[in-house]
Amino acid sequence: MQHGKYRFIVGFLVIPLAIYAIFVISPFVQAIYYSFTDWTGLSSDMKMVGFDNYTRLFKDSVFWAAVGNSVTLLLLLPVVTLSLGLFFAFMLNVGGRRRKKAVIGGVRGSGTYKILYFFPQVLSIPIVALLFQFAYNPESGALNAFFKAIGLDNVQPDWLGDPQLALWCIMGAMIWANVGFYVVLFSAGMSSIPKDFYEAALLDGANRFNTFFRITLPLLWDTVQTGWIYMGILALDVSAFAFVQIMSVGPGGPDYSTEVLPLYVYQKTFRDGQAGYATSIGVSLLIVTLIFSAIVMRLGRRERLEF
Amino acid sequence: MGSTSDFSRRDLIKRAAALGIVTVPAMSALSACASSGDGGGEKVEKGQKSAKNPLAVNDSAALDVVIFDGGFGDKYAKDAQAEYVAAFPKTKGKVKLASTQKIQSTLQPRFNGGNPPDLVDNSGAEQMDFGTLVSKNQLADLTPLLDAPSIDDPDKKVRDTLRPGVVEMGQFGGKETWIMYYAYTVYGVWYSKTNLQKVADAEYPKTWDEMLAVCEKAKKKGVAGWTYPGKYPYYLPFSLYPFIAKIGGEEVLRKIDNLEPNAWKDPAVKAAFDAYYELYKKGYILKGSPGLDHLQSQKAWAEGKALFIPNGSWVENESAKQIEKNPDFQLSVGAPSSLSSSDKMPFGTIWASGGEPYIVPRQAKNVPGGMEMLRIMLSKKSSQNFIKQVSSLTSLNGGTEGLKLPPGLASAQQALEQAGKNIVNPRLQDWYVALQKEKIGVGALGEMMAGRMTPDEAITKIQKYADETREDSSVKKYKR
Repeated sequence: MQHGKYRFIVGFLVIPLAIYAIFVISPFVQAIYYSFTDWTGLSSDMKMVGFDNYTRLFKDSVFWAAVGNSVTLLLLLPVVTLSLGLFFAFMLNVGGRRRKKAVIGGVRGSGTYKILYFFPQVLSIPIVALLFQFAYNPESGALNAFFKAIGLDNVQPDWLGDPQLALWCIMGAMIWANVGFYVVLFSAGMSSIPKDFYEAALLDGANRFNTFFRITLPLLWDTVQTGWIYMGILALDVSAFAFVQIMSVGPGGPDYSTEVLPLYVYQKTFRDGQAGYATSIGVSLLIVTLIFSAIVMRLGRRERLEF
Repeated sequence: MGSTSDFSRRDLIKRAAALGIVTVPAMSALSACASSGDGGGEKVEKGQKSAKNPLAVNDSAALDVVIFDGGFGDKYAKDAQAEYVAAFPKTKGKVKLASTQKIQSTLQPRFNGGNPPDLVDNSGAEQMDFGTLVSKNQLADLTPLLDAPSIDDPDKKVRDTLRPGVVEMGQFGGKETWIMYYAYTVYGVWYSKTNLQKVADAEYPKTWDEMLAVCEKAKKKGVAGWTYPGKYPYYLPFSLYPFIAKIGGEEVLRKIDNLEPNAWKDPAVKAAFDAYYELYKKGYILKGSPGLDHLQSQKAWAEGKALFIPNGSWVENESAKQIEKNPDFQLSVGAPSSLSSSDKMPFGTIWASGGEPYIVPRQAKNVPGGMEMLRIMLSKKSSQNFIKQVSSLTSLNGGTEGLKLPPGLASAQQALEQAGKNIVNPRLQDWYVALQKEKIGVGALGEMMAGRMTPDEAITKIQKYADETREDSSVKKYKR
């Protein structure tokens, strides 16, 4: 039976593997290759420069500002988004007042809330970013108008124009745009947890706090972990790029307070004609992403519960 | 069914990784995708040189033009395309004109592959870096075009029909001219004559003291003196740089452009920065300006919430909808006010320069065709067509006779006449884009005008940025 097994398997896999190699592995390898050249992106004339691009990275203060902001996003965005998502999902499914017949249930109107929370997910990223940009407009935006209306005439921040606030403003928009998805994802996960567990806990006199941390969260751990990685990649990658590019001053400012790695890659390639240097930034972004995934996989390793 | 017990997941991963390594050597072949062929495609044959065809265009060869589809649209280029076909009837159906906002992403593969179009309007947010294009020898020298007779007057070379400074702008320190700027932009302090009259009962302030007095009057009526797009603070130089030149002479800007050590420490720079900073300190800047983008600040300004805005002559077209709401707006442009009587240059000194940079790629198939198209565009007929369509001047000197110009453009024309020889043209924004926009603009000027940095701190920081750019070997340097 063993005879020809490999040939058999390879026969099935050859096409997908070839596609994978051409469209996934080869760009990676090419990017690493280009990061050792002085390619401008505008001409095929280039030469190898060894580790020059990388030594330059170490001295580039903008690069380090970008690393700092990207890592801040990476640390905070998943925590806040997932916590909010978990909290809302819990309230929608388990957190409601106890009613007759049902052991557990969501708060009143939970069906409507679910739709409302999911709504931002339907909007495309640029639209969300633009909407928030209007809200943050210091001169006629909703936020400052609100402050004025409640008599806080002196509290009129510049929002995106203030280096202390800009990154938080952008983070706020990103959280708003993403929480809904996790509410729905975690809701689905929670509904598959058997009701008996909750019943038993309630009989033992557990309150909501305990039910959440002793039952819901452990049984949902796999989903949370997946969400964590997904959210982390979002924070490092395209999503952060789109939000910063559309919303921030400059973009990337004021004073580099919102510069993130993907934006810096874009600027170096398309504005400064330094594609070789840009790929070396891209490679360092890859390294940050790999470290992040490794840490999350490591920390998240737990025994799986079958139910 | 084969047993899979000895074929664990770990094995699979190992083998997949091995496969990945095997593919590596193949990469050198693949990477040629991004860097293949530098030989350039076959060129089309030259045509017969004649009085009507001084560039020896092949009268039946295809032409490939790519236009940036921005504030000026592409209608004017399509009209010129029709003129080209009329001049060379055999090219009918072979003259392609594409317009896009994504110049670099569209054209990068074609430049790398050695088959670029014959004429490109390299403009907009995805403008390809000129320094790189020039240093990598990707552009054709436009000297034949400049030395060809103009369409309107065969006795005059194209070179002699252009506005002063346009040819020099297209040069990068050598004799060759790489870029033909088609539009002509006047930068300065833009305002509504009517609003100014209504709010401050004043004409445009010719001295800085008058400027402060006007702003003070406006403040009492609840109107801000100035606003600016804080999201893109590199609009501030549109009035600030000519102000510096006016105070300390054109020499100061030249030193700044040449990245000379301590160029920014010139007392003229400090005086100009101090004056602008005073606008902030006295509360003459529209509240919230640091968080506005260009359209938002222009809207607030057009609605009369602020009197002045540093901008360029495209503002008339860009904010047309808001300006039209007040038919009596009387859009005007002012040159920087005089700081004191010891200013080195007279009142009227203004920044004007070319916009919409057109290039003819060196590897293009039909280089003479690309230049001929430019020659047609620089005729009086095409130029007037452009002025009428987008209310902006072109690089063709004059050519506005008999046209009824909209108020902003008429005022820009008048400002140019008043300036005479005193037109300055700082090059920082096309030579060192990152330095000008991101570092000086966002990193220092924006911070200073938001009150988070004093003029001294801003100058120190800018000088540091300029020094870093000078030392940075990856940035090509230019001198003027």
